[in-house]
Amino acid sequence: MITFDRVTVHYAEGGPPPLRDVTFRVEEGELCLVAGRTGAGKSTLLRAINGLVPHFTGGTLHGAVTVDGRDTRTHPPRDLADVVGVVGQDPLAGFVTDTVEEELAYGMEQLALPPAVMRKRVEETLDLLGIADLRDRPLRTLSGGQQQRVAIGAVLTAHPRVLVLDEPTSALDPTAAEDVLATVTRLVHDLGVTVVLAEHRLERVLQYADRLLYLPGDGHVHDGTPATGLAHIDIAPPLIELGRLAGWTPLPLSVRDARRRASDLRHRLAGVAPPPVPAGADTGPTLTARKIVVRYPGTVAVAGVDLDLRAGRVVALMGRNGSGKSSLLWAVQGSGPRHGGTVAVTGPKGTVDPKALPAGQARRHVGLVPQDSGDLLYLETVDAECAQADRETGVPAGTCRALVDQLVPGLPGDRHPRDLSEGQRLALALAVQLTAAPPVVLLDEPTRGLDYHAKRQFTAVARMLAGSGRAVVVATHDVELVATLADRVIVMAEGEIVSDGTTAEVMLASPAFAPQVAKVLAPAPWLTVEQVAAALDETRAPA
Amino acid sequence: MWWLPRGLHPGAWWLWALGLATAASHTTNPLPLALLVAVAGRVLGRRRGDAPWALAFRMYVWLGAVIVTMRVVFRIVFGGGQGDHILVRLPEIPLPAWAAGIRLFGPVAAEQILGGFYDGLRLATMLICLGAANALANPKRLLKAVPGALYAIGTAVVVALSVAPQLVESVLRVRRARRLRGASARGMRALRGIALPVLADALDRSLALAAAMDSRGYGRTAAVPAGQRTVTGALVLGGLVGVCAGTYGLLDTAAPGYLGLPMLLAGLTAAVTGMLLAGRRVRRSRYRPDRWRPAELLVAGCGVAAAALTMLAGSVDPELLYPPVSPLTWPQLTPLMLLAVGVAAAPAWLAPPPPPTVSAGRPPAVDRPIPVTDVPADGVRAARASTPGDRP
Repeated sequence: MITFDRVTVHYAEGGPPPLRDVTFRVEEGELCLVAGRTGAGKSTLLRAINGLVPHFTGGTLHGAVTVDGRDTRTHPPRDLADVVGVVGQDPLAGFVTDTVEEELAYGMEQLALPPAVMRKRVEETLDLLGIADLRDRPLRTLSGGQQQRVAIGAVLTAHPRVLVLDEPTSALDPTAAEDVLATVTRLVHDLGVTVVLAEHRLERVLQYADRLLYLPGDGHVHDGTPATGLAHIDIAPPLIELGRLAGWTPLPLSVRDARRRASDLRHRLAGVAPPPVPAGADTGPTLTARKIVVRYPGTVAVAGVDLDLRAGRVVALMGRNGSGKSSLLWAVQGSGPRHGGTVAVTGPKGTVDPKALPAGQARRHVGLVPQDSGDLLYLETVDAECAQADRETGVPAGTCRALVDQLVPGLPGDRHPRDLSEGQRLALALAVQLTAAPPVVLLDEPTRGLDYHAKRQFTAVARMLAGSGRAVVVATHDVELVATLADRVIVMAEGEIVSDGTTAEVMLASPAFAPQVAKVLAPAPWLTVEQVAAALDETRAPA
Repeated sequence: MWWLPRGLHPGAWWLWALGLATAASHTTNPLPLALLVAVAGRVLGRRRGDAPWALAFRMYVWLGAVIVTMRVVFRIVFGGGQGDHILVRLPEIPLPAWAAGIRLFGPVAAEQILGGFYDGLRLATMLICLGAANALANPKRLLKAVPGALYAIGTAVVVALSVAPQLVESVLRVRRARRLRGASARGMRALRGIALPVLADALDRSLALAAAMDSRGYGRTAAVPAGQRTVTGALVLGGLVGVCAGTYGLLDTAAPGYLGLPMLLAGLTAAVTGMLLAGRRVRRSRYRPDRWRPAELLVAGCGVAAAALTMLAGSVDPELLYPPVSPLTWPQLTPLMLLAVGVAAAPAWLAPPPPPTVSAGRPPAVDRPIPVTDVPADGVRAARASTPGDRP
């Protein structure tokens, strides 16, 4: 179906080629997973399939990419529209019209299909994706998961043989992501569509994949089945790491596989309890928020929430999109709207309410890194950003740069912030906020778009912040991150706190929030591979 | 009701609204003007959908109110002092000699205020009529009805329209983020801090949109021989030049006769032929195109008739349509004016009702036990993903 024949891609600005001498075939009806670190060339590979590379992006492509017998050298993307459907990361950015039904029809209009056919296909697609009740809705009012399914529907109406999805779930909460992936697998199984999918959170899709294309980052592509391909991959989900630890071959791809093999492991761990959470000195709360209310026209985003943050603790704030996590963080920081309640930050000079302070003072008490961390950055180079942060805060020059070096060593100072990887940009934004040395640090969805490496690095950074006596809050959808990072978990829904407890309590209480390790080893209360590894070492040591 | 609920061709609503606006422009009589505003509001109340663009009407009404107020205030500030019924005497501000002819404040006469009010009301009514059209018909659908040759321009406008709200959104987002950095800079420095991320964001988004449009087949063209392309271009360009020359000839009485109407017609023919030829090159179809059907003709006809009736009323007794402010008289209605207003209001009942739509936040109209947004746990979800037809 898709053939890459000795493909090499160069971009004009130089640098190593993102793809070097790549040859592989994707057969009809396969679900092909593309994995690799950020910047390893995943997007280039995906965009080469429908000719966006090089027709749209520029650059030079050597070799040949053939899709359904059509060579992308002679067919620009628009002439492949009836064969390849492409869905990007941010569905809203790709919408051309403004209602669901028109969006579904747009592609077919361009292909000049007769009106009767269009009418029929729109109805079929609405049913296929379960979005029939959204047909008249303006696209901007849909939730993220709904938007992504509409985006998939909008390319499906052209009846493409190949569907290319570039990280379709990176902006979605777990439930919405599950919805989208369930839709994709159904398309593969029921319609026989060939799907090429790039995804950071491998744990979600690995079990459905027929083929794994792994990009190690040097321009090559390793082609194999998921089980064999995973053996030498360095970006493994927790399930695979658990499998490696326990020495299972082949490696388990789904929780079900792992659970069936894990009886032995469960037996070995039977006598051991996971290490207790270090209690820490129970000082008074650094930040106390009471009865926080945030209203928007037509909705109550935060409905009277109480929040206590203690020094040295990491709190994870979870809940589906729109449950009020961001509104709560902004209200606590003082920059966002707050229609009721009080916030008190205990500092060396007594307690203060950050809302009552000017913005420059508030950030010395509570630092917030927003969802798009790039919004904080606006200068041309990393060094300029650091110097500006020092000036804004009134601290000795070099303070911010020292923080950057501490978070991500070796970040080149002359680089433009937009050219950094997601993880580096996050670190830079965090360093800018830490320059003011706030005792409370709030992070809104910091791990969005981060690969396993960057996530691990972020976990270390967040731990370090807590270790230096700060109170840290991380709003996130990422269950695995929470399991390794947080001391306490707060789950919000509809603007209210629905559960609040230690990580183990909250995460083991419901299957929705259980990390993979917990699902495999239930009912024993294990959360992470590190815990299991430490426990296994212990059991081995006395013997 | 003999029409099934459906959206009307946007052109019909625009013609109706233009008819109303024309009617309003032919009178300063506050009674028919107020009635026309009421008619616009009534038709809107009965026949608009609940899509986002339908909610902009309130803004037009506010704008209308602002116009009326401004007119009256201006008359007070730069009052001419005409009129005998002095309401208040404001102290006059003496101006230097070079500003002769301009008077600030001074006595305020009832006639003067009334004149400003009539004037402002006429302008406000016209604006509100156009606002009604904007709320009744999706302006983007109107763009979809452009001929094939102008399709690319239409698309560009549609994209630009959708970028505007996104731009506002990102400005707000970046401003909030700037506050987080404790930005207290004002003026150019603050502008730079906001403008750069917003522009970078907009650029990224436009590139993403362009890539999406390209990969969905935008710009597929039928193969056209080079010769025909040249002919098409020459026809369009030559035609437009002809239209310009013709218009000039028509307006300039000293120009020779052949430069007038004949040139204009020849230019128009050439341009239209060129556009038709160019349209053949665009190979696309339309999903559920809006068609002119009896209901559309009826609505557009109501607007045109209202305009015609007002003009007729104006030619019968002009002084009633332009009631004099001096001496002060009560404005009066004539049967013809009432008829015009009645005809303008008819679409409230004669036009097909808008299709019922589900707006955000309201539960779906379809009886479906599992709302899509309200799903339980992720693990459970995958197992339950069956075809929608299977659901009860």
